[in-house]
Amino acid sequence: MTARLFMLQRGSAAVLALAVLVHLATIIIAVRGGLTAGEILGRTSGNLGWFAFYTVFVFAAAIHAPIGLRTILREWTGWRGRFCDAVMVVFAVSLLVLGLRATWAVYAA
Amino acid sequence: MQRGSDGRRIDRFNVPRQPAQTVLDVVTWIQREADPTLAYRFACRVGMCGSCAMTVNGKPRWTCRTRVERAAPDGHLALEPLRNMPVVKDLVVDMAPFFAKWTAARGVFSPRDDLGEDFAVVPPATPGRRAADAAIECIGCGVCYAACDVVAWRSDYLGPAALNRAWTLVNDARDGAGRERLAAIAEDTGCHACHSHGSCTQHCPKALSPTASIAGLKRAMLHAAMRGEL
Repeated sequence: MTARLFMLQRGSAAVLALAVLVHLATIIIAVRGGLTAGEILGRTSGNLGWFAFYTVFVFAAAIHAPIGLRTILREWTGWRGRFCDAVMVVFAVSLLVLGLRATWAVYAA
Repeated sequence: MQRGSDGRRIDRFNVPRQPAQTVLDVVTWIQREADPTLAYRFACRVGMCGSCAMTVNGKPRWTCRTRVERAAPDGHLALEPLRNMPVVKDLVVDMAPFFAKWTAARGVFSPRDDLGEDFAVVPPATPGRRAADAAIECIGCGVCYAACDVVAWRSDYLGPAALNRAWTLVNDARDGAGRERLAAIAEDTGCHACHSHGSCTQHCPKALSPTASIAGLKRAMLHAAMRGEL
């Protein structure tokens, strides 16, 4: 189980490393250009490329964050076992739902 | 110097300085000249056995290979037993839990069934042999284990020495228990608990790198998981 979680953690980290760079670069470029929120939404709306990018980003974050949080909780609080794992699954699903909702909102705006 | 077994008693001694004096010389002088009840451990005095390891001014070291002027330029030495192991008395720790983890990490050579009667030939240039050679010189002194913060945080972590040993066997072409060994160290008390702080590598008196060995185990684990073996 730990080996598989490690694999998922490393794989999602590789995706996030690239995704976060693209995300930050996009923010900086958008802000420098003086774009308003409305203008940004105008560009993302209906754009399948950005929709696909942020969907991948959200999936990677929803996989990565709960595995890391689980490890920290196990190490620093000693909280382990099935209940902890179940809470982490709820956390992962929450991240996924919230993230996909935001991605859809930006696409469908 | 820390005395007793609960860490609360500190004794102070003034020890005459000698040229090229080692920390072990200081401890020996104290026991022979000042307090014969002092308990400490040593055997070879020349950096071969690893039994004289203690905490010297906060760092785990072999006392026989540590000169006073290097460890304590101002002449003040603070001597404590090794960290992360139960104290028996004064500077002596119980190393049984440390070696139990070598067993738990399957640190025992388990020959393959098909080795045959003759000696197995393991060419020195093969990658596995090189990886094993780089980690094989460990003499089990416990310095890395005492230096490891992860062991201090969670006492069930197998620790750098046991995992370094497991890494030598994972790379041993003659060994037949690779899968069982990876399974034994795959849980979160094994190599995945390592934070790669590198304290083990920093303090190893043999200049080994358990950090690199543990990273190798993580890679081996990843490959095994991808093949569906774990």
